Amino acid sequence: MALFTDILISFFLVISGVFGLVGSFGLVKLHGSMQRLHAPTKAAALGVGGVLIASMLYFLLVEGSFSFHELLITLFVFLTAPITASFIAKAFMVGNLRPEDLPETGGAYGWAVYDDPPAQDQHKDGGEK
Amino acid sequence: MLARLIPHPMLSVTLTLVWLALVNTVTLGNLLLGSALGIVIPMITAPYWPNRPTLRKPLAVAEFVLVVFWDIIVANIQVAAIILFRRRADIHSQWVTVPLDLTSPEAITALGGTITMTPGTVAVTLSADAGSMLVHCLHTDDPDGLRDSIKTRYERRLKEIFE
Repeated sequence: MALFTDILISFFLVISGVFGLVGSFGLVKLHGSMQRLHAPTKAAALGVGGVLIASMLYFLLVEGSFSFHELLITLFVFLTAPITASFIAKAFMVGNLRPEDLPETGGAYGWAVYDDPPAQDQHKDGGEK
Repeated sequence: MLARLIPHPMLSVTLTLVWLALVNTVTLGNLLLGSALGIVIPMITAPYWPNRPTLRKPLAVAEFVLVVFWDIIVANIQVAAIILFRRRADIHSQWVTVPLDLTSPEAITALGGTITMTPGTVAVTLSADAGSMLVHCLHTDDPDGLRDSIKTRYERRLKEIFE
């Protein structure tokens, strides 16, 4: 039983290590900021997730107590990672891209980085909604 | 009166649970302290949360979370394969425009977070009128299929949950 526990915990640790490594390798291999941005979101998902599952299993099976901290870390990572990614991408858009480089929004307004939001009280000139 | 005292019941419950998880032990004192935080913080921050988001179907939330977790695992493996086995020139990154049917800010935030956390796609920005979302995809040869899968897999479920 102890052996099985060890193997299970090690399995998740190895999984997380492999995905963390692949994510870091992606940072080196991928080309350009936008592609590189994909690598850390990967490491955050399965790389961190694997360590957290291993940690929970360790406390549950070896120490015999339940630990909530891993659930909280998961929650916080899932709350913060998309915001970071969006901010980096927007900063990249402002510095390196023009609106013509991007696909159409399909609506009356452009992307929020370049275009003002619809006015609350008065319509933009000709921008009839 | 109760609405003034507890403007956001869901937020209060969440804060209390997060506090209990932070201290990692459930005792009466911690429960009281957590409840106090859960009542005081929403009262102080109420001006920043004018609308109360409604969760229509709690069971749908569980289904959504399971679907997203499964997709994260599958997409992680796919993207790892792309990084390891594709040559740099064969990785076709694309911008994809996803027209949104969702209108509530909470639902759109949840959709953006979901898109970013499923590896291979990053939700970058919204159009100025929040009518569509700009998504960057690491590798796809079928942008229309990607857009449709986002709409049917995530947006439809979020619409059930929030609207």
